[in-house]
Amino acid sequence: MMEVTINHKNVKKENVKKENVQDAPAAFKVNNLNLWYGQDHALKDIKFDIPEKQVTAIIGPSGCGKSTFIKTLNRMVEMVPIVRMSGEIIYRDRNIFDSKYSVEELRTQVGMVFQKPNPFPKSIYENIAYGPKIHGIKNKKVLDEVVEKSLRGAAIWDEVKDRLHENAFGLSGGQQQRICIARCLAIEPDVILMDEPTSALDPISTLKVEELVQELKKEYSIVIVTHNMQQAARISDRTAFFLNGEVVEYTDTSTLFSNPSDKRTEDYITGRFG
Amino acid sequence: MDGNRNNSSSIRQMIKDNKSKRSRSALTEKTMPKLFLACAIISILTTVGIVFTLLAETFTFFERVSIVEFVTNKHWFPFTGEEHADYGIIALVAGTLTVTAIAMAVAIPVGLAAAIYLSEYASAKTRKIIKPILEVLAGVPTIVYGFFALTFVTPLLKEFIPTLKIFNALSPGIVVGIMIIPMIASLSEDAMNAVPNSMREGALALGATKFEVAIKVVLPAALSGVIASFVLGISRAIGETMIVTIAGGSRPTSDINVTESIQTMTAYIVQVSQGDAGFGTTIYYSIYAVGMTLFLFTLIMNLLAQFISRRFREEY
Ligand SMILES: Nc1ncnc2c1ncn2[C@@H]1O[C@H](COP(=O)(O)OP(=O)(O)OP(=O)(O)O)[C@@H](O)[C@H]1O
Ligand SMILES: [Mg+2]
Repeated sequence: MMEVTINHKNVKKENVKKENVQDAPAAFKVNNLNLWYGQDHALKDIKFDIPEKQVTAIIGPSGCGKSTFIKTLNRMVEMVPIVRMSGEIIYRDRNIFDSKYSVEELRTQVGMVFQKPNPFPKSIYENIAYGPKIHGIKNKKVLDEVVEKSLRGAAIWDEVKDRLHENAFGLSGGQQQRICIARCLAIEPDVILMDEPTSALDPISTLKVEELVQELKKEYSIVIVTHNMQQAARISDRTAFFLNGEVVEYTDTSTLFSNPSDKRTEDYITGRFG
Repeated sequence: MDGNRNNSSSIRQMIKDNKSKRSRSALTEKTMPKLFLACAIISILTTVGIVFTLLAETFTFFERVSIVEFVTNKHWFPFTGEEHADYGIIALVAGTLTVTAIAMAVAIPVGLAAAIYLSEYASAKTRKIIKPILEVLAGVPTIVYGFFALTFVTPLLKEFIPTLKIFNALSPGIVVGIMIIPMIASLSEDAMNAVPNSMREGALALGATKFEVAIKVVLPAALSGVIASFVLGISRAIGETMIVTIAGGSRPTSDINVTESIQTMTAYIVQVSQGDAGFGTTIYYSIYAVGMTLFLFTLIMNLLAQFISRRFREEY
């Protein structure tokens, strides 16, 4: 509780801007989204707008559907064969379930960073160049530029610039995670989904990724799932509290942590359950 | 809570009791390893024995035929009387390599495609059905494949290639390939299955198609295992005997023409073993020299497969 309160100060500094949150154009508009894993109703009537060029945090106890929800946004959840969905997800005026809208196209615009760093067993350079390459960019000079720009964007250029052609597996976990972020940036997405991107990292690496998120939101809309409420308070503009597959509360980060309107949110952020 | 404690203390008691029982069977603990060691030694000794016999008889052969002639002469005519006989292994090696090349041309693309399908596209249910079928196919006796080559594939090919001889290199080559497909498919699939799913997700999340994930992420990541399966396949094709004996003919030649009859190293050994080459004749010793050559080929292939899968093992 104490720490959360302390962190409000950081959040409040940005509060001036917060008034615009509701007005900011939405990257995603989710309506009546329901999702089942077989018989298990994992997402219930989700209504959710994701503002552009802001950081939206999702918090909630384990198993409440946070990962499931962000994986619906780039349709990765459909890799699970037993998944059924209903409802509507509008990304930039297009229904992502529209048969004319290919998942590949969607995922080119909506990138994702996973909980566990998952670089390819290739060189650092090849990891970053992979995305542009599969989308048909072959020019070596262009690729070189993309690699440098993405690595700089992910704040890891200085650490790896002399070993671009070494295997990415030789890097530390924190470095690997920033490589994965760089890999995501390389195809210049519009939205970046992050599923607990720092949960496998040490505090210093975590801090680096958090600073990076702050930097990235200038150009990207970011959705971040986190178990760490301080982290949500530090880096997000809006926060949603999920519980049992429902959105209990979704509002400005500062409001949610200082003045939650739902009793369950209050219980969760004060550590009384969850 | 209480029940729990009772439970765990009784488990503790049971373990204690069992432990005392176990010490009574300490004899087993002592003798079993010795038995295992004995079995291991027996299997090693037999292998050494076989190689030794092979070497000894091969030396006898090279006392009669110079090793230079053996590796440089392009003709293999052992049955023309001691004086005129030609012992040029090149002719038999050419037959073996021809069949192997044809077999791999069939087995690698089909086996790899099957592996990609199984590991990347098939549902868990399909995989559960198909994998055991592949393993059963790998256990079909090769004589069956041999008859299949002679009585089905050869006549079928003759429809398209009228000049095809009854005994030829093409038909057994294709059938050896068919025989090896399950092996390559199964081993490659194992290697591709070992690639963690997080890597596929990473690529899919970048907008890669399933095909791009298979070809540009999974296959490279599994490459060592896949190549090792090819090399083992080659080794298997080189050593394959029944199919080539039945459908390949017995005409050793260095002039490769896949529609003509050939003879492989293995088929030659069968021919001599079946015939009445008397003990002590040069022909008799020649099968050991050929056997030695065959052994070297497959040994090199197996070592290569091991080297590749060790050297290029990916640490996920
Ligand atoms: N592949 C799956 N198959 C079946 N059920 C699943 C699957 N993945 C998730 N679920 C179920 O859906 C619910 C939500 O899971 P989800 O992974 O979205 O939770 P989460 O909020 O991300 O939890 P955590 O904080 O532990 O990551 C859980 O009840 C879980 O059991
Ligand atoms: Mg999760």
